Amino acid sequence: MEITFQTVMSQVMLGLNNGVFYAILSLGLAVIFGLLNIVNFAHGALYMLGAYVALLGYTTLGPLIGMPDFHLNYWAALLVAPMVVGALGMAIERTMLRRLYKFDHLYGLLLTFGLALIIQGVFTNFFNVSGDPYDAKPEILNGAVSLGFMMFPKYRLWVIVISLAVCFGTWFVIERTKLGSYLRAGTENPELVKAFGVNVPLMITLTYGYGVGLAAFAGVLAAPIYSVSPVMGAEMIITVFAVVVIGGMGSIMGAIVTGLLLGVVEGFTKVVYAPASSTVIFLIMVVVLLVKPAGLFGRES
Amino acid sequence: MNKILWAVLIGMGLLAPFVVYPVFMMKLLCFGLFAAAFNLLLGYTGLLSFGHAAFFGGASYVTGYLVKSVGLTPELGVLGGTLSAALLGYAVGSLAIRRQGIYFAMVTLALAQIVYFVALKAPFTGGEDGLQGIPRGDLFGLIDLGRVYTVGGSPLGLNLYYFIFFMFCLGFWIIYRTIHSPFGHVLKAIRENETRAVSLGYQVERFKLMAFVISATLAGMAGAMKSLVFQLASLTDVSWHASGEVVLMTLLGGVGTVLGPLVGAFTVVTLQSELSSVGSWITVIIGAIFVVCVLLFRRGVVGELSRLLKRPL
Repeated sequence: MEITFQTVMSQVMLGLNNGVFYAILSLGLAVIFGLLNIVNFAHGALYMLGAYVALLGYTTLGPLIGMPDFHLNYWAALLVAPMVVGALGMAIERTMLRRLYKFDHLYGLLLTFGLALIIQGVFTNFFNVSGDPYDAKPEILNGAVSLGFMMFPKYRLWVIVISLAVCFGTWFVIERTKLGSYLRAGTENPELVKAFGVNVPLMITLTYGYGVGLAAFAGVLAAPIYSVSPVMGAEMIITVFAVVVIGGMGSIMGAIVTGLLLGVVEGFTKVVYAPASSTVIFLIMVVVLLVKPAGLFGRES
Repeated sequence: MNKILWAVLIGMGLLAPFVVYPVFMMKLLCFGLFAAAFNLLLGYTGLLSFGHAAFFGGASYVTGYLVKSVGLTPELGVLGGTLSAALLGYAVGSLAIRRQGIYFAMVTLALAQIVYFVALKAPFTGGEDGLQGIPRGDLFGLIDLGRVYTVGGSPLGLNLYYFIFFMFCLGFWIIYRTIHSPFGHVLKAIRENETRAVSLGYQVERFKLMAFVISATLAGMAGAMKSLVFQLASLTDVSWHASGEVVLMTLLGGVGTVLGPLVGAFTVVTLQSELSSVGSWITVIIGAIFVVCVLLFRRGVVGELSRLLKRPL
């Protein structure tokens, strides 16, 4: 491919499109890690689950409840999927994760790994690994808009805009509101916050629910772009882990910026040397480990 | 542990091919060594590597390539595969020990993913098919490892079995010696209290790296053996599933016990072959065992047993 301004910019835009998914997912991981001190290995599986809630809500739910004409539309799915997955997440936190806080943090990783296998395994049994299309993309988001230098699909533009809004909204709530200050205080010293009468266990449950809800939200956004498949999360989660290692999980803004940046770098690599695009994020991780082991935004603990 | 127990175990290993299907038994030995090597890191140094499949699977590719395409004898193939795992272990280890705890696990997982991509894309790995039809060849150019003896009416590949059993014993002995050496005690000190080990003057980084390289090397040896047994090097063995499975084997058998990883590996491999009819439900079952182990059974089979008997196993 000849390298022109147009090819570079179009890949950068497509890269940004991947980048917002990295950003939402690593943001969720960072929020959960901050308060629970565990790395949520099930994040990818719950992202996949979000996409399936949207897909099944559209295709199967109606006939199942005896209303064949009922289809859960895209806008409703954007709300319902995070709620369903968030509720599941809160149940997981209450019944399982909670028992592990007093042990080594690695057990949290192992437990969520097991959960990821279960969720992914169940869906592999019922659905095609090569994926099913999600056709509920709303009319208004069809077609393309001109960005001056290129025509860009409206849907992808919407994904970028809404994702950025959700990411920065989350950042604002955590860093600039009273609710967020409780959360940050809980991250620093849960015992002290408890002593001030804040219900920390509830806060932890809600945080986990919100974090995985974000993953489900990303899943719904991804559904019309990529086909919905049981392995979509597994492919995503390892890349997101690399993103998180590069950025460090200590900072909310760090997680967002790193995710966006790496998406763009990945898109750019597609233009320069396409075969390296699937590994470039891992290679950047190697360089970051050599140069700044704590991560770009990390604090050495 | 007393000598009688070891003699009984070795005796069982020697007689096993006459009782159990040899290929199955060899699979057990390969995964048993893999899990034992992994346990050296998790159980005795306190480092959770989520990328050990890179060494296991990577070495099986190298051995397969050396034996099949270069035409080396099997012992040189296994040696080559094992050395490649050692080098890879040095590279991955030096990077990964720069981060602690949960980050260590994520770094190893991500680095292993690079190896997976190489196995998928490199010109000599056979892509999605992997390396198939790897010849077993003649050990030292003399002993035909493919030779089948007929004992009591059933064909047994005893040459290969005893070669694999010997390699297993060698690998396991190295692990046992490492654990019980002064070096192993330093590793345990690092596991229990890293800061304290540093303040006692130990260069913790070097010990961790050494442990990582030994563990990677022996995991590689197990993978090299497996490619001779199955005459196949496949993407499954370098995938993150395989990395997760070895964690499960160690956890189920008992983290930080000498015999635990063997018990865990034998259990998981037996389960997989007994339940092969349920298809992909096996992933769900493996996941469920993971969850149950983490929630209720953190000591593992051998760990619980050793607590009941009040002695280390």
